[in-house]
Amino acid sequence: MVLERYESFIDDFDAFRAACERSLPSVVRVNTIKTTVERARAALEAGGYAYEPCEWHPKLLRLETDSPGTSWPYFHGWLYGQEEVSALPALVLDPSPGERIFDVCAAPGSKTTQLAAMMNDTGICVANDANLGRISALRSNAERCGVSNLAITHGDARHASLKPFDGELFDRTLVDVPCSCEGTVRKNPTVLEEWSREQIKGVAGVQRGILKRAIQVTRPGGTVVYSTCTFAPEENEAVLDHVLAAEDCRIRSFDAPLETRPGVTEWNGEQFDPSVQHAKRIYPHLNDTGGFFCAKLEVEA
Amino acid sequence: MSEQNIGQQFDRLPATSTERVVDGRPTREEVLAWWDERFGVPPDVFDGHTFWEKGSGKLWAFSGDVPSPATIEALGITFLRVRQEHWKPTTDAVQRFGQHATKNVIDLEDEQARAFVAGEDQERAWDGDWGYLIVTHTIAGEPEPLGVGLYVYGELRSQIPKGRRRNISQ
Repeated sequence: MVLERYESFIDDFDAFRAACERSLPSVVRVNTIKTTVERARAALEAGGYAYEPCEWHPKLLRLETDSPGTSWPYFHGWLYGQEEVSALPALVLDPSPGERIFDVCAAPGSKTTQLAAMMNDTGICVANDANLGRISALRSNAERCGVSNLAITHGDARHASLKPFDGELFDRTLVDVPCSCEGTVRKNPTVLEEWSREQIKGVAGVQRGILKRAIQVTRPGGTVVYSTCTFAPEENEAVLDHVLAAEDCRIRSFDAPLETRPGVTEWNGEQFDPSVQHAKRIYPHLNDTGGFFCAKLEVEA
Repeated sequence: MSEQNIGQQFDRLPATSTERVVDGRPTREEVLAWWDERFGVPPDVFDGHTFWEKGSGKLWAFSGDVPSPATIEALGITFLRVRQEHWKPTTDAVQRFGQHATKNVIDLEDEQARAFVAGEDQERAWDGDWGYLIVTHTIAGEPEPLGVGLYVYGELRSQIPKGRRRNISQ
């Protein structure tokens, strides 16, 4: 089994395994471009939808229904279905209204619409994706949420161009890369059947290229957040280690409102830069969520 | 007046007619006046937004600015269709800005609102202007725009796009 390879660094591996086999509740994020948390909660209650707020982030609600898509608040674009832990990278990126933000692998848009809401729909959020079909999903999700500070581009993030944006660098960049998605096993149990060492090797190369370009298009002193929904160190700490050596940047520590574990500094006999331990690993059994990896980088001034 | 619309690029609307270079392209001034006259939406609601045309007559509203023309996939939200005799706001625009409207707004009871978002037309009395109306219903204590209705001959026709229609379950 794929996950056994991580037994050396995951505490309470039995609890981890057991959590990976449980399904996840349906979680929605309240879209504050169109409403308030109070109004969204009132509308759910009026519709007879039971929910529990996630204690670590007041805009996330765990619903008992599996079909929030046919509710009034969803129709109005007040809610966005988003796996709970995937709300973390936008919080770590911490954009402010009026800033220039780049979301390099954006579709289908849960994090993009979250970033836009954190910006109060002002400034500019550039969302890129390599796949036109996924861009179409991103567009319809953003439109339903009433996001009007979004500019969508189509291209390979490894060669992202600043040309349409006056060549100006971004204040903050979110690098939520394509990955082997091991952490989504609770939503999609077949994900591990498609797993292979070759796939990880290939995707890690793409991840390195995307993260390097993201650092190049972010201003000195600016923030880059790197995230994946996988456990493989090849796609997480090893990518950070490679990019630290290639680009002017450093890894910063950050606080997370969830229980996390530090990045691993060694894997398969390979040693990584010690600062990769500032990254955070989130395992399904720690907070009863999906699995995730998140690191915060600062571009050297 | 030789410049044309190009389907794959966004061009910023001219501020006024003296700056117009593409025939038939509306100006920012005209767009603001239309929202004010038709729906009573005050021009300052759009202070933070730039308006763009992509293709012929499809306007977009973007909260920010980029160099014009922009050859990208999307810029803000789809906003207004302007190349027919009657201008028509989009569902996105009405859901985003419609709460500022003070006229040509029709409020539906729950059952009618469900029929409207399912895409159904309905018989209904209305003593205001015919044409495109902003359709609302009350949710969590306040009116909220659902989308655009076309009122003609005693009938309110749902203009909710096929992909956005829903059968609301509860």
